[in-house]
Amino acid sequence: MSTLPAQTTAPSQSFLHMALGNRSFVVGAFITLVIAGMALLSFIWTPYPVTELSVLNKMKGLSAEHLFGTDHFGRDIFSMIMVGARASIAVAILAVGIGIIIGVPLGCYAAASGGWVDETLMRVNDLVFAFPALLSAIMITAIFGPGATNAIIAIGIFNIPVFARVARAGALSIWPREFILAARASGKNKVLITIEHILPNIVSLLLVQGTIQFALGILAEAGLSYLGLGTQPPMPSWGRMLFDAQTRMMSAPHLAIFPGLAIVITVLGLNLLGDGARDILDPRLRRVR
Amino acid sequence: MSLLEIEKLTLSIGNLPILEGIDLALEKGEVMGVVGESGSGKSMTALTLMQLLPYGAKTGGRLSFDGKDILHATEAEMLALRGDDIGMVFQEPMTALNPVKTIGEQVAEGIRWHTKASRADAEARAARMLDRVGLPQSKFPLTRYPHQLSGGQRQRVVIAIACALKPKLLVADEPTTALDVVLQKQILDLLRDLVDEQGMGLLLISHDLAVVAEMADRITIMRYGKVIDSGETSAVLKAKAHPYTAQLAEASAHVPVNRRSISPSVLTGNIEPATAAQSSSNLEHSAAAQAAKERLPAKAGSRTKRDATLPPLLTVQSVTRDYAGRRTGLFSREKSFRAVDDVSFTVRSGQSVALVGRSGCGKSTLARMILALDRPSSGSITFDGHRLETSRDADLRDARRNMQVVFQDPYGSFNPRHRVERLIAEPLHLLQTKPSRDERRDMVGKALDQVGLSPADMDKYPHEFSGGQRQRLSIARAIITRPKLIVADEPVSALDVSIRAQVLDLFAELNERLGVAYLFITHDLTVARAITDDVMVMHDGRIVESGETGAILDHPQSDAAKALVAAAPDLNRALAARAGRISAVR
Amino acid sequence: MTGYILNRILIGFATLLLASIVVFGVMEVLPGDPAQIMLGMSGSPEALASLRTQMGLDEPLLWRYLHWAGGLLMGDFGRSYTYSSPVADLIRERLIVSLPLALMSLVLSTIIALPVGIFAAARRGRLPDTLSMGTAQLGIAIPNFWFALLLIYLFAVWLQWLPAGGFPGWSGGIWNGIKSLILPAIALALPQAAILARVTRSALLDVLGEDYIRTARAKGLPRGRVLRRHALRNAMIPVLTILGLQFAFLLAGTIIIENVFYLPGLGRLIFQAITQRDLIVVEGVVMLLVASVIVVNILVDLAYAVVDPRLRESA
Repeated sequence: MSTLPAQTTAPSQSFLHMALGNRSFVVGAFITLVIAGMALLSFIWTPYPVTELSVLNKMKGLSAEHLFGTDHFGRDIFSMIMVGARASIAVAILAVGIGIIIGVPLGCYAAASGGWVDETLMRVNDLVFAFPALLSAIMITAIFGPGATNAIIAIGIFNIPVFARVARAGALSIWPREFILAARASGKNKVLITIEHILPNIVSLLLVQGTIQFALGILAEAGLSYLGLGTQPPMPSWGRMLFDAQTRMMSAPHLAIFPGLAIVITVLGLNLLGDGARDILDPRLRRVR
Repeated sequence: MSLLEIEKLTLSIGNLPILEGIDLALEKGEVMGVVGESGSGKSMTALTLMQLLPYGAKTGGRLSFDGKDILHATEAEMLALRGDDIGMVFQEPMTALNPVKTIGEQVAEGIRWHTKASRADAEARAARMLDRVGLPQSKFPLTRYPHQLSGGQRQRVVIAIACALKPKLLVADEPTTALDVVLQKQILDLLRDLVDEQGMGLLLISHDLAVVAEMADRITIMRYGKVIDSGETSAVLKAKAHPYTAQLAEASAHVPVNRRSISPSVLTGNIEPATAAQSSSNLEHSAAAQAAKERLPAKAGSRTKRDATLPPLLTVQSVTRDYAGRRTGLFSREKSFRAVDDVSFTVRSGQSVALVGRSGCGKSTLARMILALDRPSSGSITFDGHRLETSRDADLRDARRNMQVVFQDPYGSFNPRHRVERLIAEPLHLLQTKPSRDERRDMVGKALDQVGLSPADMDKYPHEFSGGQRQRLSIARAIITRPKLIVADEPVSALDVSIRAQVLDLFAELNERLGVAYLFITHDLTVARAITDDVMVMHDGRIVESGETGAILDHPQSDAAKALVAAAPDLNRALAARAGRISAVR
Repeated sequence: MTGYILNRILIGFATLLLASIVVFGVMEVLPGDPAQIMLGMSGSPEALASLRTQMGLDEPLLWRYLHWAGGLLMGDFGRSYTYSSPVADLIRERLIVSLPLALMSLVLSTIIALPVGIFAAARRGRLPDTLSMGTAQLGIAIPNFWFALLLIYLFAVWLQWLPAGGFPGWSGGIWNGIKSLILPAIALALPQAAILARVTRSALLDVLGEDYIRTARAKGLPRGRVLRRHALRNAMIPVLTILGLQFAFLLAGTIIIENVFYLPGLGRLIFQAITQRDLIVVEGVVMLLVASVIVVNILVDLAYAVVDPRLRESA
């Protein structure tokens, strides 16, 4: 007899156990930790200083001294990739933060209020979705000036409706549940119910979306930097490195290979982490497997 | 040779054993009932027979259908059997049909596939079949989509698909569990007629012993993947050779011990003339109350006296609830829908009242308004001196403290991320002074103790409890503020029968010990009979009949009540009917 | 059905109206005088004054908005300052590059992604599934402009099969035009195809777990037929949603990709207009892109109704 609905997510006592058994999660977490570790390490140590130019060493190929070679200013590519990770991660994390801090309360508010409030917020969401995100990011950074801060704001703005949607959809699926009715019968108001009952139950959804947006943020930052609108020189960034590499591709293809790989591996790691987390946290999908 | 022979069938999925040596045989034209609680493996037996098992399933033993070895049949052989020689009906009519295909396409599809008939021939045959299952072309043309049909109608379509090619065996897995009693009876009658007409064998799988007892020639009782008991239906249910059989039989006609002493005749007079007069707009209702009075003039017993002297705890007066139609466009709306229509009644302290009716009759809407979770469109609700429909949320605290709720779904009624202590203590939010942590643990411990759980359970999470235990947790949460009224919305219908009996006992006991009044919302008349003094029958948003429970259930007056009573599966009645049929044949 | 369509179109118009207010508003609240920004530091006071008059900046705000929005409706996008030609003409000569590019990559990603997704779902858990989904996972992680660089290196620099960039125009033969769009289209299509393949697979797997699939199998239909006849159509709804969303991504993607390949398309036009502060061009192109996103979303909503009878009826 299967009249009973599927059991909801169990609390996290076995989370670690399940996480270690999930290949995507383990690989994703490992990659993410390595990249984050590299970025942190770059604050205290890099093989070569990235701000020091050394024309004698320019456009060197791969060697023991310069693992990934050097660029047209003679800077060490490996060191630049380490430092470049900082900008990518910082921009993406802060942009996700903006999305969560503004989007999640909006989504929860829309779900709890219903009616015209919900309708209005969702129409505004549609409006933001009608603007291709990268186009608007380009506009914002171009008009307010290029740079990391404006890139964060530009990418962050387009994370807001994404998180608002996810939070709203999650909250709407929790609201009709009987334990919410029981909480209402216990005299709790909507704010209290949202904090005590709704949020803990949509946290896993938000986490998964967070890793996805994080990955998209890294891609967007790279795109903006490539166009010269993101992180500004002399601070190295992966996107800018690719732009510099493009014109020199005939003679030094390695200039384009390594920053690109850095982006691919980071985004791949985050996506694997997100996939793994979803498998672990969402019992419905777990059952399908 | 039997039509279906199952010997020592084993099944495991992954490393988990599901079936451990099932033996079962079914003759041509015979109805075999398979009874068991959740997890007994009865549905998996059916899926094994169809070879529609999930990934990673391993089978052993022997399963032969019509002389064919099913366990070793190729997929091509199974394709030829499925839908042609074996038809299957599933539990959930709402999801069993493809939403983007018409019912005609879906019925004709199997016909075309197996007989290679032309589209027109197959459709003509599908039309005849739909006609046969009670969906005549004049009202339900082939071009209808599933969403245009009700649950009962969709189940008829599923049956039409299963029986379209006159299979030798029909497998029905809980075919009526998702339907209310009246629809259940219609579907069971239809299945029985089809079996008789087409000479099919029927494998009827159900958790409900009474349903199976009415339908099956022979029954097999399963538990934990094993056959516990089997044989000719009335023989098995009379002999009760196995203790589990006895337990199931007892549980499906359960009356809590402490209520058995009170005979129905002393339990009357709870419906005051005033109550009847309030809803005098409904002639049927007052006539029924009058009839109940005349039948049962005696008014003795301490309960009755206590009730009569107390002022009403809950007064519902002319309550109506309209729902605005769904918005279909920027400027258009569907017609509004009246869920509750001019309902009036009272409940006194300590009184236990059932609100019964078919699904969609408005009983749950009414319950939500009484719980102040929804507001009536018109009318008034007074609880313990508070007007509920006009109060602001903040002013409802006193009322809410004295009124708690128990829901149907023991899985959905708890936040899975909180511990039991926090879950049970939630209504303490309503107290004027916040209890200290120690006081809180003390109160939760006491409540757990009262519902038969250990105070040590308060540090566990809800998923560590079984369904029955969770329903005890719901009850603990409901009594922690010592409420005067508990509204229980189908509190036992998601539970297995044996557990259901224990939970009903608990309700009855708390009623005696704490003097709490109940409003039980249910479609199950055995529940109403087991623990309520009075019953109100609801139909299309109105209360059409009310009075003392035994009287109404034994002698229903309104059509709605009659239909409910006639449709309710009843083990003893089924056995009596079976005995009568058998002696008549002899 | 007509009610549903009408409803969608009305909402689309409302969104477009709001979008125009937002775009106009953003340009209006920009720090500084638009005319000053456009002229930069070099502008003389006389040039500034004449530009202000030409741009209508001396008029009241509302009137200017109405004038601008009304012009858009009539197809009058204003006059570019830097190109000194009507914006509408600029857009027209750029569209003949961008539109074929967008269509090519949309078609390419769809014809790759759908079969792969369906195939992976049908072989769930087996090698083809693991392989194709692993590739898709990688495809999502690759930034399209880096992929473009790799394609240029491989096909233009090394193999020398296709041009590394630039656009010869359609006058020199259709094939020459298409040839220069092949690499950009592949670069744009790859990440989209990877996402779409994953969505198709998971949508199909969701549907394959539904009760009605079991009903269909209980009729005796073989797996493949159940997949084609019952699962696919139901799985199309999430796939259509993603296709609609991807259109917006694709438009944005053209901005970077056209820069990588030096293609004279809309993306490059707007990028240059932004850097040159040619606000009238920016406004016009943004509105055009927003309008096309809205139109595509309306088309997706209509496609829903074709797929799902429940929507067809809700009016």
